[in-house]
Amino acid sequence: MDMNTPISKVRGLGSARSGAEEWWMQKIAAVALIPLTIWFVASIVQMTHADYFTVRAWLASPVSAILLLLYIVIGLYHLRLGLQAVVEDYVHGGGMKVFCQFTILFGCAVIAVASIFSVLKIAL
Amino acid sequence: MAEFRLPANSKVKKGKYFKAADGATNVRKFNIYRWNEDDGENPRVDTYEVDMDKCGPMVLDGLIKIKNEIDPTLTFRRSCREGVCGSCAMNVAGTNTLACTKANDEIKGDINIYPLPHMEVVKDLVTDLTHFYAQYSSIKPWMQTVSPTPSGAERLQSPEDRAKLDGLYECVLCASCSTSCPSYWWNSDKYLGPAVLLQAYRWLIDSRDEATGERLDDLEDPFRLYRCHTIMNCTNTCPKGLNPAKAIAEIKKMMVERQG
Repeated sequence: MDMNTPISKVRGLGSARSGAEEWWMQKIAAVALIPLTIWFVASIVQMTHADYFTVRAWLASPVSAILLLLYIVIGLYHLRLGLQAVVEDYVHGGGMKVFCQFTILFGCAVIAVASIFSVLKIAL
Repeated sequence: MAEFRLPANSKVKKGKYFKAADGATNVRKFNIYRWNEDDGENPRVDTYEVDMDKCGPMVLDGLIKIKNEIDPTLTFRRSCREGVCGSCAMNVAGTNTLACTKANDEIKGDINIYPLPHMEVVKDLVTDLTHFYAQYSSIKPWMQTVSPTPSGAERLQSPEDRAKLDGLYECVLCASCSTSCPSYWWNSDKYLGPAVLLQAYRWLIDSRDEATGERLDDLEDPFRLYRCHTIMNCTNTCPKGLNPAKAIAEIKKMMVERQG
């Protein structure tokens, strides 16, 4: 039987004293993704009918490679923050919550490292 | 996980039908959620035909007429009947509002009335607001100062600083906004919700209060504050026309501002 007072339930473990930086970084990432997404979509559309070697040459150019790396890293960082928020919103069970957070973090990290490696392999 | 489906004993069933008295020509139907702990039954929706020629203009007038003349077991909270006490907050025609300031004429078709969403029902339209009030008290909704109280004088405030409280002090804590917020539905155990955060901002922005930093410390939390995803249901539903979403956005801006 739960005999805690209502105010003790609200006070709980106290304030985490964090969240502001994450919120702000999410906004910054979102703003950065606007031009990067426009650039990426425009580039891909332009190369709709291009052959393999044209696309490889595009990817190997320093400007494309740097912008693509930025797009991948910032995009995955933003994805991780967004998925994290979804888990916090909807997953309340202790074990399941930890599992989801691990999966999201590792998943995004693996995709990021693999993508960076792939771009560099072509560009360098 | 969040629950998206009602448990079997919460499924709402069709209830009783109360016909209007003979001779009534201007009849409207009030469909009202009914539940009480004592009879062990599922919740149901009773339908009352009301003679609108002999009824006041507001939804609350209809409810009072039903309780007085048709069914005295109908239970709801009400007090001031003019939108300052916040007692009669309920879900009317799909939107949380105060029954006393919502006109029957504004509603098309039947008048559907339910308790505030996602709250524990005590009986019929009465919900348990204990946790909501505890959350309100947790933000210390009073002036906190470190400077000594001026003797024989008030704490002064410029007209400009006083104007910053407009749009905040009018909140009557009816809980319409908080109970319309999906984030509050899923996480009200830790998320403070729009009503309490608007009240928190009312003290953060008060030029006479000297505990702004401590207040921000207590609010900076992934759940207490940052469960707000700017869904805007709060602003959409507020029966006093206030903007809790904006107040929350201002708190988030203050959080960033103090980071340097």
